[in-house]
Amino acid sequence: MTNVAETRKIRVLVAKPGLDGHDRGAKVVARGLRDAGMEVIYTGLRQTPEMIAAAALQEDVDCIGLSILSGAHNALVPRLMELLRQGGLEDVLVVVGGIIPDADAAALQQAGVAAVFPPGTSMREIVEFIRAHVRPAPALD
Amino acid sequence: MPIKSAPESSNQTAPPDRRPAAGGAEPASPPRPVSPAEAAWERDTLAPALEQTPERDWDFTTLSSLPIRRLYTAADLPPGFDFERETGFPGAPPYVRGIHPTLYRGRLWTMRQFSGFATAEETNERYRYLLSQGQTGLSVAFDLPTLMGYDSDHPLSEGEVGKCGVAIDSLADMERLFAGIRLDQVTVSMTINAPAAAIWAMYLVAAEKQGLDLRRLSGTLQNDILKEYIAQKEYIYPPAPSMRLVVDTIEFAARQTPRFNPISISGYHIREAGSTALQELAFTLRDGMEYVEWTLRRGLAVDEFAPQLSFFFNAHSDFFEEIAKYRAARKLWYRVMTERYGARLARSARLRFHTQTAGVSLTAQQPYNNVARVALQALAAVLGGTQSLHTNSLDEALALPTAEAATIALRTQQILAYETGVTNTVDPLGGSFFVERLTLDLAAGAEAYFRRIDDLGGMVAAVERGFPQREIADAAYQYQCALERRRKVMVGVNEFATEEQPLETLYIDERVRARQAERLRRLRAERDGGAVERALAALRRAAGGETNTMPALLDCVRAYATLGEISEALRSVFGGYTETSIT
Repeated sequence: MTNVAETRKIRVLVAKPGLDGHDRGAKVVARGLRDAGMEVIYTGLRQTPEMIAAAALQEDVDCIGLSILSGAHNALVPRLMELLRQGGLEDVLVVVGGIIPDADAAALQQAGVAAVFPPGTSMREIVEFIRAHVRPAPALD
Repeated sequence: MPIKSAPESSNQTAPPDRRPAAGGAEPASPPRPVSPAEAAWERDTLAPALEQTPERDWDFTTLSSLPIRRLYTAADLPPGFDFERETGFPGAPPYVRGIHPTLYRGRLWTMRQFSGFATAEETNERYRYLLSQGQTGLSVAFDLPTLMGYDSDHPLSEGEVGKCGVAIDSLADMERLFAGIRLDQVTVSMTINAPAAAIWAMYLVAAEKQGLDLRRLSGTLQNDILKEYIAQKEYIYPPAPSMRLVVDTIEFAARQTPRFNPISISGYHIREAGSTALQELAFTLRDGMEYVEWTLRRGLAVDEFAPQLSFFFNAHSDFFEEIAKYRAARKLWYRVMTERYGARLARSARLRFHTQTAGVSLTAQQPYNNVARVALQALAAVLGGTQSLHTNSLDEALALPTAEAATIALRTQQILAYETGVTNTVDPLGGSFFVERLTLDLAAGAEAYFRRIDDLGGMVAAVERGFPQREIADAAYQYQCALERRRKVMVGVNEFATEEQPLETLYIDERVRARQAERLRRLRAERDGGAVERALAALRRAAGGETNTMPALLDCVRAYATLGEISEALRSVFGGYTETSIT
């Protein structure tokens, strides 16, 4: 049995919070997810947690992928998680990629981030993780 | 783009080819003439060997996917290739073999490690340490709020202060940064772009306060705004007023600081963003040409400012491709400066460059392997004739480097300089059929890109249309696809991976922001607020008119206006900028 929710593509918001302009990773991942059959919205650079939460709500996404290489994750990610909770978006899957020290990665996961992908992560790992963990159950592709 | 055989390369005008799509066939080298002796070798020696041991199923292309032949011979060079005329001698046109007749026999390259973190005091301590360890130049890394022209207490600075570099909010921080370091005794490079003119003004006033003559200062300001729009994305204002600020600094340097490089035209970040070696070469030199053209329009003569233009390239992992890139760069710059812009001084046409090993090649996995990567990349830069070099630290895929990791990186340069013997002779790879062919191909490919960008109306117009951005995004994605297919290998990442223990890394906490914010509060309370307001008003007038903004910037700095205040004053005149993202 299928319904509309089950047949639509997984929608992912790829976002770059903070002042960091290094967008190679975000853009490569955006394209990779699109090639894997997902619908991808890329926010562009220098988004505040408020802007990202608003975009997630407006675009009705299943997953948010954050890319941060500047070291500002401890300030920005927990704030985004709080905003998502306040907005009733706690079931949106949040994953983070970039340069995140191990100790911080654990803290981000405590704050509700589903996965932290370090440098060198393959596209396949990211795609499989999102497919396996996104809620509600995604479409078959 | 495919390597062309000799007769084809002379009239090659096509833009570089797209690399093969995922799963597609790898490009092959086109045929070239084969001498009777080579034909005999193929028949009698090669063919039986291939029969017995076929070549590996492997992608014999460069890191940038240029196909590479099994063997290069004289037949790979154009018919009648006159080696002495085409490559010249070191220190003589067209400078393929280097810009100094004796190169490292005369003077070694400058070992210039890029460094900066937390507050000015902590970075000052690291500088003094590095100088005591034999480093020969300084290179300042600023934090992201500084790079974006925000004070440390701006809301957008939250979480970023002191993280990627040192936080500099005003002249007071700049004075602390160089406390105990005489600025006429060391050359200083500053990696700053959108707010470069203001930061340079802080540096010049700090030198004035040390009682120094500005004409004796030497160093380099990165100040390359075009590659920010293209790759690194740390812009503040729209392209045209940003270019005007760059020209203001070039003009000021030509008149007031003859030994200072007001710009370092940078391919480094273009490559890090995912370009090929050819795109790095082509976009960087075309950026350089754009600065020349804007400065000529200001009314300066080419020989008044061109000797102070400098360059900055990446040293990536494909050894010969990188060496050929540096050699091609010198030849191309000589050609465009003399032929296109009519430079008459030799110094105007000699391309001087700094090199940094490729940050993007470093792996977070098995980080000690990075020492080997960096050593080989640095060797390529040295064999390519670099003037100064930064070697990355082994832990930089994880964090800013610890002092121990930074020391190993410096020692790597010292081993190259003092142990390997590669400094004994100039351009040791000159005359290699392979390296000369690659040099020719990269130069031809870059010229094809120059024509495309000229057709788009120049680099500013090309940037506004997203042309270089799109080329780089495509190349970055294709490289990722090649990694996924294991057609390219990163040791310890997509092959030879192991379980491992985490490394101790440098950790910068949030207290830096609080300390900087407190300093700013005190500064604003103690300085002459009226003088700051008057200086900022004069800056807005200068920015709105056509005069050079440098004198007004220097006055703002002397009054201890903050970087955020200066940037905001300019933004009120120039406006801000948001790119159209290409994914």
